[in-house]
Amino acid sequence: MLYAILCYKDEDVVTAWSREEDAAVMARLGVVHERLQSKGQLGPSLRLLPTTAATTLRKASEPPLVIDGPFAETKEQLLGFYVVDVADLDEALGIARDLAAANPGGAYELRPVLLYNPDPRLEPRVAAG
Amino acid sequence: MSEANPETAWIAAALAAARPRAMAALLRSFRDLDVAEEAFQDAILRALRTWPRNGPPRDPAAWLILVGRNAALDGKRRSAREAPLPPEEDLSDLDDREATLADGIDATAYRDDILRLLFICCHPDLPATQQVALALRIVSGLSIARIARAFLVSEAAMEQRITRAKGRIARSAVPYETPGAVERAGRLSAVSAMIYLVFNAGYSAGTGSERVELCDEAIRLGRLLLRLFGTDPEVMGLLGLMLLQHARTPARFDQNDEIVLLDDQDRALWSRPLIAEGLALVDKAMRHRAPGPYQVQAAIAALHARAASPEATDWAEIDALYAVLERLQPSPVVSLNRAVALGKVRGPEEALGLVESLSGALGGYFYFHGLRGAFLMQLGRRAEAREAMNRAIALASTAAEAGHIRMQLDRLTREADALPSR
Repeated sequence: MLYAILCYKDEDVVTAWSREEDAAVMARLGVVHERLQSKGQLGPSLRLLPTTAATTLRKASEPPLVIDGPFAETKEQLLGFYVVDVADLDEALGIARDLAAANPGGAYELRPVLLYNPDPRLEPRVAAG
Repeated sequence: MSEANPETAWIAAALAAARPRAMAALLRSFRDLDVAEEAFQDAILRALRTWPRNGPPRDPAAWLILVGRNAALDGKRRSAREAPLPPEEDLSDLDDREATLADGIDATAYRDDILRLLFICCHPDLPATQQVALALRIVSGLSIARIARAFLVSEAAMEQRITRAKGRIARSAVPYETPGAVERAGRLSAVSAMIYLVFNAGYSAGTGSERVELCDEAIRLGRLLLRLFGTDPEVMGLLGLMLLQHARTPARFDQNDEIVLLDDQDRALWSRPLIAEGLALVDKAMRHRAPGPYQVQAAIAALHARAASPEATDWAEIDALYAVLERLQPSPVVSLNRAVALGKVRGPEEALGLVESLSGALGGYFYFHGLRGAFLMQLGRRAEAREAMNRAIALASTAAEAGHIRMQLDRLTREADALPSR
């Protein structure tokens, strides 16, 4: 089954990382990503730009209201997510633990995926010629 | 902060992240930069002792504010020989209610606290170099040694510069009451200018690592300011401008630290993540339909960033944006920059005319003579071009600037050897 692993962390801390620090975290995460990829378990994964680049469309009103910034002002922000293909919650938690060891601080929220529309651009292409 | 050990790196990052808010609150409590700094240093020492053992507090900034305040008050008491220091354990597990209380007190005011902290660094009596040094020391927490390296001065000289700046601030009245809307807007624009000064100090610096470091710090301050004033289009413009300019840094100098002009840069070296963030901010800002100088400059930088090759650059639009900038912020330097766009759109003749109309204001400016020389060269007026470039070299403030002009001069000399003089 598919799980989304939503990555929450204090963005102030992430933007305070030095280049070396950022590269070191990404390298440690890379080891986990590679293992998942080799087992065919890693779906789309995204790292989001800072919330200062975000725009929110609030649709409770008509017409909807466009506001600057993220949907909610929280202490820890949604900074990215993974989609992983796992047998059960235990396996998903195991992956989250590995990711956490590579990038401590903050939290991972594990959410089972209800609807998944794979991006056709990512489908393996028929080799030309 | 290049510590890559995950066990301790999180503490360094948490402390750096909490610094502006904690320093700002401590400054409000003690109304004295030195006392606030000392209290913050005390709190950091205690954090380094207790956080590895107890894990991170729920709100690191609130923890540091509370512990820093207590430490400073203890210091006073100690000097008055009243009460002994409380045992370390009492400080290490601050009651959650206390932390929440400290948070609640500061949350309402912390936006203005941080703005004030930034604002005192741009006191109008302080020369630009002191503003930049002070902001890097007080807000970013860079060591004096690192700031000194960035400005190519001795540590002692930098220490003195910062002490002098602090003295000037202590003698002037720093306003501690909550600012009104007009006052706040004034502070915001002074702080934006100071952050852009930090950026430019990095952008024009002569050597690699310091250059990157100051630009990174300025961008960090810009993000901080935008988080506090999330709906201000000029703050979006400022951050967008810095990101888009900084994206080109890997391509701006060659292996010999010589300047590489925009047209000659390897665009594959431009940083895509910085460009993506910068473009998003420009788009967000434009939606407000309240143009300002930072937004227009960011929009110009965005047109360069969007162009896959120099030939694909929309110079007509850039020329039009410079015309807007000339109206918003009339300055001979802006007009000089416009001449570059004009040269691309209407040719070197017209561009040279614009450049020469600025000779009175910019006669002592390296870039004026360099650009004039370049247009003269394009027009085949080689003797005059050589003279202009020699003046540019004499006025250059970095080796890279002088080297770049020398390279053009060499080309001119080679061409002169091959062609009959005019």
